[in-house]
Amino acid sequence: MYSTKYVKPNSTTEALEAIKSLGEGKFLAGGMTLIPTLKQRLASPDGLVDISGCKLDSIADEGETLKIGAMTRHVSVAESAVVKKAIPALAKLADGIGDRQVRNRGTIGGSVANNDPSACYPSAVLALKATIHANNRSIAADDFFTGMFETALEDDEIIESISFSKPTKANYVKFPNPASRYAMVGVFVAQFGDEVRVAVTGAGEGGVFRHQEMESVLSSNFSADSVSSVNIDSDGLISDLHASAEYRANLIKEMTKRAVGQIH
Amino acid sequence: MGEISLKLNGKLETRDVADNTLLVDFIREHVGLTGTHVGCDTSQCGACVIHLDGVSVKACTILAKQAEGADITTIEGLADGDALHPMQEAFHENHGLQCGFCTPGMVMSAVEMVTKNKDISEDEIREGLEGNICRCTGYHNIVQSVKAGAAKMGGKN
Repeated sequence: MYSTKYVKPNSTTEALEAIKSLGEGKFLAGGMTLIPTLKQRLASPDGLVDISGCKLDSIADEGETLKIGAMTRHVSVAESAVVKKAIPALAKLADGIGDRQVRNRGTIGGSVANNDPSACYPSAVLALKATIHANNRSIAADDFFTGMFETALEDDEIIESISFSKPTKANYVKFPNPASRYAMVGVFVAQFGDEVRVAVTGAGEGGVFRHQEMESVLSSNFSADSVSSVNIDSDGLISDLHASAEYRANLIKEMTKRAVGQIH
Repeated sequence: MGEISLKLNGKLETRDVADNTLLVDFIREHVGLTGTHVGCDTSQCGACVIHLDGVSVKACTILAKQAEGADITTIEGLADGDALHPMQEAFHENHGLQCGFCTPGMVMSAVEMVTKNKDISEDEIREGLEGNICRCTGYHNIVQSVKAGAAKMGGKN
């Protein structure tokens, strides 16, 4: 790892001041992606601003929505009685990320801000019509993810919390890479009355995306059978050593079928 | 550089470290406790698992500075003098190791998962060991060891 500075402020205001004073600084949440990246010398920030002291660890049922603080670790979401009651699919998603040591450290805000094309959380954010609350503005999920590892966040913005709309029903199913457990393809299906949202992670060259055709088919007939009729185009899907674009296209269909078939 | 203090196996340790020092290097190189191993150094293998404020974490993926003020237990901190921890005893009795390189991490992960869920099932053990890789044993004896360790720790399965 290149030499760097480490600071740990006590509030988001202080964190924002710290990042400005560092030149090219990076916010450090759970560090489950950032620290391996630094160790591989793929990044060399002038400094790291550890936000674990900024009191951003919270879970609150707010009626129509479920609000989760940015520093909330995966294990806390997975084990939370509040999350399990409000949006069980979200607890299930968190319980399937990485391994238990990664879940003990990794955070929801870190995952969403990083927008790894194979991360699980971005699919939930998109399917559950979430709102990302940054320090100075709120951003709708549909406007937030702008490309692989890219988001609408500016360098001087920090996620404080994320509000998820409570669905009528929802489910998340992924096909994990056998080695890394990252999603080769993960599909989050959420039903809001007559409206159905389907978000796909792990597959798109531009990162997480909503599958419009799947959404419209499922909105008129919500069943695993109706998913079979959808033709999944492999254009724009990731092709790498783990799976071809065609294989991923097929996984999108299969994961959606499973998600719809086992939804509750 | 800067000074950090943390509790390591019950003892307060204060050292000057560079900001980019990893916690596992703090434990092994600065304090000299070499029971915590570095296998892959990429957060996959779990040989470096320790307990940080009671939860299992991979010490190769945390900066020492992030652990300022924390209460850390490593494999050296489990035994009570010459009396092994029940999980260590179980690994011994069930031959839950061959070369032993992954064992410290396996034991630390096992102790955490059983502490949280003492009536743990075999499936839960296998899932719980997801982040620990062993290249010798094929895992069978490790899983048997964790089961036996859980029974010694008061579990009913």
